[in-house]
Amino acid sequence: MRALARRLLAQPLFWPCLTLGLLITLNAALNPGFLALAWRDGHLFGNLIDILNRAAPLALVAAGMTLVIAARGLDISVGAVVAIAAATGALCVSATGSLAVAVVAALAVALACGLWNGLLVVAVGMQPIIATLILMVAGRGIAQLITSGQIITIYYAPYDFIGNGFLLGLPIAAVLAVAVIVLLHTLLSVTPLGLYIRAIGINPLAARIAGVRARPITLCLYGFCGLMAGLAGLIISSNVKSADANNAGTLLELDAILAVTLGGTALTGGRFSLAGTAIGALIIQTLTSTIYSLGVPPEVNLVFKAALIFVVMLLQSAEFRASIRGLATRPLDPA
Amino acid sequence: MSTGSIAFTLPAFDRRLVPLSATLLLFLAMVVFGALSYDGFLAPQVFLNLAIDNAFLLIAAVGMTFVILTGGIDLSVGSVLALTTMATAALVEHAALSPWLVMPLLLAGGAAFGALQGFLIHRYRLQPFIVTLAGMFVARGLCYLIDTESIPVRDPTFVALAEMRIPLGSHSLSSGAAVALATVAVALWLAHATRFGRTVYAIGGNARSAALMGLPVGATLVRVYAMSGFCAALAGLTMTVYMLSGYSLHAVGLELDAIAAVVIGGTLLTGGVGYIAGTAIGVLILGIIQTLVIFNGTLSSWWTRIVVGILLFLFCVAQRLIEGRALKTNKEHRR
Repeated sequence: MRALARRLLAQPLFWPCLTLGLLITLNAALNPGFLALAWRDGHLFGNLIDILNRAAPLALVAAGMTLVIAARGLDISVGAVVAIAAATGALCVSATGSLAVAVVAALAVALACGLWNGLLVVAVGMQPIIATLILMVAGRGIAQLITSGQIITIYYAPYDFIGNGFLLGLPIAAVLAVAVIVLLHTLLSVTPLGLYIRAIGINPLAARIAGVRARPITLCLYGFCGLMAGLAGLIISSNVKSADANNAGTLLELDAILAVTLGGTALTGGRFSLAGTAIGALIIQTLTSTIYSLGVPPEVNLVFKAALIFVVMLLQSAEFRASIRGLATRPLDPA
Repeated sequence: MSTGSIAFTLPAFDRRLVPLSATLLLFLAMVVFGALSYDGFLAPQVFLNLAIDNAFLLIAAVGMTFVILTGGIDLSVGSVLALTTMATAALVEHAALSPWLVMPLLLAGGAAFGALQGFLIHRYRLQPFIVTLAGMFVARGLCYLIDTESIPVRDPTFVALAEMRIPLGSHSLSSGAAVALATVAVALWLAHATRFGRTVYAIGGNARSAALMGLPVGATLVRVYAMSGFCAALAGLTMTVYMLSGYSLHAVGLELDAIAAVVIGGTLLTGGVGYIAGTAIGVLILGIIQTLVIFNGTLSSWWTRIVVGILLFLFCVAQRLIEGRALKTNKEHRR
């Protein structure tokens, strides 16, 4: 029994799953209809589906961020890239009336933004936080330049499908996020790429000397992170049927970092979990829903998020665990 | 022979002064450009307004400079600033406390907030960006807890401070600008003439060596973050006087402007090298970009952000080149 408990506690996904479970239980206790699922208008309907749908853009961005952080990087420009991609998508769909052109253009611009970040880190050798700070500062300006400072409203029905449509009864955005994360997870476990990323994260120099092509891989990871931000930008702008250069994706970089941390990825690199990140994104969205249902002003959510960051951060700190262990568990430890 | 002796008598130009001189030259070039392009640009009041309109940014950036000199970063300054405006307005207007009690109280509060962040960073070896990110959430969230609406300040003391003008010949400075200039003066003294300042530079150069030399690394780090919190609170009081209101959306993204000013001012983000004077010029450069955009009249406001982004990029690349060269010469010396 004790051995089982210890094995369970050692599972990296145990704490994120427990947190999510507790949050859902709390919601179910507060609101008896919370767990109810219904079939309406040809698709599933309910609070859980709503959370899944709203967590999708965050999960996508956080998946990209996970890989960047795993390789000892950081991308704080994702919020700005979301705004740029949303603006590009909205502009293209208004100008050409073609969904394909808008999607391709938005994703291409986002990919270019990510590669730009990657080049600054890999080729110029800047610290990741500074390299991506440049795009974070300039990005909203660029997005406003694209939209000429206006909020572009989208009057094109097919575009709404990305953010509001349903596939097999499930929201498209959620299906998209799950598909991307599952594909990515498979890719990283079947090929040695996952191992390479961990190697770069643990010691970039050693990885390079051991023959891992650290620079091209890091560049690709930043590109991928940009691409995911672009996809999230399309979903967000489609969901609200407009592109707002000032407010699309604000503080998304912080939520993404929070989701990554909650999922058990080490901020110092080397250890990552995509499934954990997905659960982290769900925790953040469930927390937001809980705040709404408690009737607290939604902005106060920030304080709860900060408390979560502090707890997770301290639990990850070896110094903190050592001091707690020294205080409490030593007498119980048989070893 | 004569040319050789001339070269010999020229004082050796300290390489560490290169970034600072580049910043100064850039500022002068912008002034010359403005003077050639627009009538009335050289009016003294235009320059005094730079100090008046950017007083809070200048104060916050001075605190940020010390943090960056130690190799850290403080993302919480914008939110602490907003929280100070909000708390001032609430305490003075709603709780009817004396402004002379509220101001020292909030300055101490800002310092305590920063000190706590510094303690967490030092004691538990947490990354500065994630701790101050959580601090940013906490402070912004507390703003919303006080009130989600703007609170106007009608207290006679604050109104008098806002209307106060310090005459300089036929022109004048605001009380906020005077406070900002005094802050810069105190910071110059602290950085270049005290034991504390030398310890800050030593920690930025190499924290381990500093500790081995017996310097109080932990205490200094806590004091540096406390100082940044104090400066953010002081900037908040200055902004309350400038805007005569407390609002939770004041100074959103101010931390980015402060970091940009520090970098453009020639402080290396890896720590150990930089000047308070450079930061002051960096803030003036950000201000003059805005002034140029206003004088032009046809440019939209978002160009400010894009130009700041481009400048950040150029300065970061230049820093990398200087670092690379310094590393090379070091190696040659060793040989």
